[in-house]
Amino acid sequence: MKDRNTLRALCFILPWLIGFGVTLLYPLISAFYYSFCDYSVLTPPVYVGTRNYTDLFTDHLFWLALRNSIFFVIVYLPLSIFVSLLLAMLLNLRVPGKGLLRTIFFLPTVVPMVCLAVVWQWMLKGDGGLVNMLLTPVFHLVNDLLGTQLTGPNWLLEPNTARVSLVFASLWTTGNTVLIYLAALQNVPTQLYECAELEGASSFQKYRHIALPAISPVIFYTVAGGLIGCLQTFAIPYVLAGGTQGPKDSLLFLSSYIFQNAFQYWNMGYACTLSLVLFVLILGCTMLLVKFSSKVVYKAAD
Amino acid sequence: MSRPPILASCVCSILLAASAQAERVIIDYWEKWTGFERESMEAIVSKFNASQDRIEVRYSSISQIDLKLMLAIAGRKPPDVAGIWSYNIPVYVENNALHPLDALCREYNIKAEDYLPSVWRLCTYHDRIWALPTTPAAVALYWNKKLFREAGLDPEKPPTSIEELEQFNEKITARSSDGRYRVFGHLPEEPGWFRSSWGYWFGGHLWDGHGHITATDPGNRRALEWVESYPRRFGVREVSSFLESSSNVTSSSANPFISGRVAMVLQGPWEWKFLQRFGSGDLEIGVAPFPSLAGSKEPPVTLVESDILVVPAGSPHIKEAFEFIAFVNRQENIEQFCSAQCNFSPLVKVSDTFWKNHPHPYIRVFYDLARSPGAVSPPQIPDWNLYRAQLDQNIKEVWNLRLTPSAALEDVQHRVQQDLDRKVQRWEAIKDTLRQEWNKEDVVP
Repeated sequence: MKDRNTLRALCFILPWLIGFGVTLLYPLISAFYYSFCDYSVLTPPVYVGTRNYTDLFTDHLFWLALRNSIFFVIVYLPLSIFVSLLLAMLLNLRVPGKGLLRTIFFLPTVVPMVCLAVVWQWMLKGDGGLVNMLLTPVFHLVNDLLGTQLTGPNWLLEPNTARVSLVFASLWTTGNTVLIYLAALQNVPTQLYECAELEGASSFQKYRHIALPAISPVIFYTVAGGLIGCLQTFAIPYVLAGGTQGPKDSLLFLSSYIFQNAFQYWNMGYACTLSLVLFVLILGCTMLLVKFSSKVVYKAAD
Repeated sequence: MSRPPILASCVCSILLAASAQAERVIIDYWEKWTGFERESMEAIVSKFNASQDRIEVRYSSISQIDLKLMLAIAGRKPPDVAGIWSYNIPVYVENNALHPLDALCREYNIKAEDYLPSVWRLCTYHDRIWALPTTPAAVALYWNKKLFREAGLDPEKPPTSIEELEQFNEKITARSSDGRYRVFGHLPEEPGWFRSSWGYWFGGHLWDGHGHITATDPGNRRALEWVESYPRRFGVREVSSFLESSSNVTSSSANPFISGRVAMVLQGPWEWKFLQRFGSGDLEIGVAPFPSLAGSKEPPVTLVESDILVVPAGSPHIKEAFEFIAFVNRQENIEQFCSAQCNFSPLVKVSDTFWKNHPHPYIRVFYDLARSPGAVSPPQIPDWNLYRAQLDQNIKEVWNLRLTPSAALEDVQHRVQQDLDRKVQRWEAIKDTLRQEWNKEDVVP
């Protein structure tokens, strides 16, 4: 009976197992093998030992791409979580037209990422870009008051401003996260808020001690997903940089470097090495996050 | 006549047409072109399909064709014919991705002597023929005669040396009343397509022809020092904003040369089409060899490349595919096609009608440049993509005054030489096997 049940269970999960094997496990094992080879896709791989890994350690572009990816995680991820949470809390209030407001904040999410990046490219132009046009009166005011000579930067032509531009362009895609937080906030039992009100808690205290702990599992889920997404980011920096590496390679990320090596420079073996390093990095960061989560994620049973 | 006989005859016609269609070999032809370039090739395809009833060529516009072709060959489902670029040949050949064409060329009596040497050598690699050209291109100086006249220069006399180019540049460059630059004589970054090749005009070379990269050649350094002099003289922010304001597009009325904001550019024959389409209609343009550092002491320099047609490895219909490629390369067809694309013919023999009816009034300048001893091409090395990408990236850093010319070139030298060494090592290990394979494949099917 037990064996039959086990067999039945395996049959049910067989489609997933096949998909997992074909689309995840086989490519992973292949990438591991090819990372030890000189391989260009069209000719048989030639085993070269650990040459790709030693090249990686002396490749300054790899370290630059890694640094850009980590910088993006450190700056963008907390900002996107904070902005999404803030927007969700505001959209959870009883205000007129909240349905329309929710739609407006979600709309950028349905725009394809490439189109989004092209629009931001135009908005971020040094002269004539929308961002500088909006900032110019502010700069004029500051210059008049303080005697400075501030001007709108060439956002995509300077490395530091290019990184900041990427963060702001990526913030437009937080609509999904806002929706998730909104749903989570609406599931917080109202009795908890009523009890807190009776105890004389302010709105901030209600959010701090009730809402945030109650939705902490959801926050953890979005942080984990966001971390993986940030380390794998490709479309927006690739389009913002116009297919290049950006000013002083500031828009070169690990995923775009993998793409270049695999499909433009015909170094699939080295690209597999880079992919494995990225995989280990993401796995390591996610495991750390899971370990850390037990301290901050509130479980209803606790 | 009653309905059933009409219906029966319609059905019979359809069936007959379908059976005739079914006997034709279908050739899949992948090409990068859209717009007017696509239309001009589709005219040749239609002409070929109408000229016989054994083969039907089906044209498909494919973006990022070099990437998709590689994947299609790897997946063993390549098209029968593909239109790529001449600089793709080394990497495709060394990865056994193309079918050699020597035997087929002999069969169709296609010889090296029929073509311009600077174009023919782009189609050969490791002593074999891998492609035939469709549209070759050279680059030359386009200058705006009206801007020359306004600056007090002789509109019929283009600069003949880099020194003279800079003198003209100083005279033409002017600011508007708000202090911004209104017009430039020349900007090396407009259009920025050939930045990796500026060294040629300064006596430099990108490799030694024997597996050694020469990015740090003194000529290349002189070229980058010249490029760097522009932001130093005019201001990084000023020149970058000037170019950015035109959205960095070439085929648009906002383009700085087309809109009369830059007086001199390095461009190819296709620029004439853009000028006709997007220009104001009152442009007075001249075309001449782009000046080099040596001036008139040396033959004029140009960069020659070509769009080419190849038969990918694994193509199921090699003979039929080459029949189409050979048809495109017949004199009357290639002249029709190159004229429609506003390019010169790759053939040595060119009809008077071609010159007479050509839409570009200065097409002979490009043709003569392609025959000049100073005609050069990108290095025929399998990692030209990496070389060019690294040069482009570092030259942009020089333009923005974040890297010195020497540092930029040394970085490229080190990185690309290491990659080339690996590829040469790999080629040495597999060349005998590949040559044996090519000897077996290089027969008329």
